[in-house]
Amino acid sequence: MLTSPEALIAILGMALVTFAVKAGGLLLANRLPRDGFAAAWLKHIPGAVLASLVAPALVTGSPAEVIAAAITALVYFLTRSLLPTMAAGVLAVYLARLWLVG
Amino acid sequence: MSTLAAPYRFSDQFYAGARACIPVVISVAAYGVVWGVLARGAGLSLLEVIMMSGLVFAGSAQFVALDLWSATPASLPIGPLILAALIVNLRYLLLTATLRPLFGPREQVKGALIMGIVSDETWAMTVGEMAKGRGSVGFLLGGGVLAYVCWMATTVIGHTLGSAIDDPSKYGLDFAFTATFLALLLGMWKGKGDLIPWIVAALAAIVSAKLIPGSWYILIGGIVGSLAGAIGERLRKNAD
Repeated sequence: MLTSPEALIAILGMALVTFAVKAGGLLLANRLPRDGFAAAWLKHIPGAVLASLVAPALVTGSPAEVIAAAITALVYFLTRSLLPTMAAGVLAVYLARLWLVG
Repeated sequence: MSTLAAPYRFSDQFYAGARACIPVVISVAAYGVVWGVLARGAGLSLLEVIMMSGLVFAGSAQFVALDLWSATPASLPIGPLILAALIVNLRYLLLTATLRPLFGPREQVKGALIMGIVSDETWAMTVGEMAKGRGSVGFLLGGGVLAYVCWMATTVIGHTLGSAIDDPSKYGLDFAFTATFLALLLGMWKGKGDLIPWIVAALAAIVSAKLIPGSWYILIGGIVGSLAGAIGERLRKNAD
């Protein structure tokens, strides 16, 4: 089985709406003013989105995730570098889960 | 490309972007393999994996699609699949809007086409670079092309491997995204003005993640938190 017309339509539709949203964000941004309330709003979006990505993962997880997040933050402040920070976070959550779950 | 603001060659920026994105692309690769394995289980053919990774290129939307997918073409829910992709990807409206400063007023069409290759990870790296007064189209494309090639390759590898890696959380790899996003967030700290939007965003995301299924919480937290930041700035300006 290679594919079907139904699967092709579904994938093309998904691709179309995904591209429309990605391109739409950039095009709509060009109509917003460069300063004032809208500009301040746009400026705060990246941090707010990142905080929204991180926070639920820490709250809904086990204490292992919270411990690992603290170690991740510590390693980031010590190294200011992304790769060791990510590696430390993954290792920390792995060990913390072993230790907590047994 | 503005010659005044960016005295760098495009190729230098391209390589700088690809190099800077290596850490996040590692987590992209881990999830690519997992998605490929799961896609095989959900009944996608190798050709369908290649088409979806190559044309849709959106990790979270592709994961959601696996829940809806059916191996029988007649019972494939085409409408729900497209609607789910739209909803899960709505957050890109916010993400790509912040990349506007990279493009001049006459580069809208070019910019819109380039947005197709933006993902959460390369967007975050580019915005982090822009926050330091750097960042360029070359940087975005370098990270984007690396992430795209990697996602394509690892989803195909995952589909071919079958069921070797069944659960990323067994190796702590599920935490790679959280650790990366946390480090990127900490790197964005510019002062007390960031405290209100971050806390409001975190609380809004936690509450909406509990109440609403899916990845709406990213959009809700992002909108509510950034609005709180803008309102906070307006109030401080009025107080002066």
